[in-house]
Amino acid sequence: MDIRVQAEPFDFGAEAGAFAARQNAMGAVVTFTGIVRDLPDGGLRAMEIEHYPGMTEKAIEAIAEEAADRWNTGDLLVIHRYGPLAPGEMIMMVATSAPHRSDAFQAAEFLMDFLKSRAPFWKKEMAQDGADWVAARDEDEDALTRW
Amino acid sequence: MDVLYFAWVRERIGHPKDRIETAPGTVRELVEDLRGREERYAAAFADLSALRVAVDQELSDFDAPLDGVREVAFFPPMTGG
Repeated sequence: MDIRVQAEPFDFGAEAGAFAARQNAMGAVVTFTGIVRDLPDGGLRAMEIEHYPGMTEKAIEAIAEEAADRWNTGDLLVIHRYGPLAPGEMIMMVATSAPHRSDAFQAAEFLMDFLKSRAPFWKKEMAQDGADWVAARDEDEDALTRW
Repeated sequence: MDVLYFAWVRERIGHPKDRIETAPGTVRELVEDLRGREERYAAAFADLSALRVAVDQELSDFDAPLDGVREVAFFPPMTGG
């Protein structure tokens, strides 16, 4: 299990490649990456991501351990950035491995659903005409009930 | 005990942290004490349904006891991922 909370960018291709290369008995690797989405009018200057140092790492670790308990996974990787990010930059990635693809897909979805609303991150959109905290969506909270 | 604020809660209160010498019995009592401090605290804690609380870095609730607790944090619903 590899969990990193960092301000620095990460190299998605290199991380995904290295993750896949260290799986021996695993037949499947699933990756997901989240990207800073521009506003519909193209007016996003930056996305500021705040987090709760200390709790963030613990919360992600607990989510990852839960995923490893529920599915037959081999390895899990979570990288999540904080600080100011430009539109198009990668915010975070997860990678999961499992003997068969179903466990890898489900573990990745579970990780994403819980990272979204149970890991202490908050996004603020800095637009041309002001700044706004991104509100949590009911759908994201509802997504947790399917697990 | 340290009381931490994140995101718009921090902005509304104007600083990221307060230190409380004598902890009240529960999170709810702590909120009542903070509300009584100044208008900006009352504004930040106006609607508890818009807030989440962590006690010693674990998600908790407003009825949680504070006996022996070192850190309480208030913040809006999280938006990670």
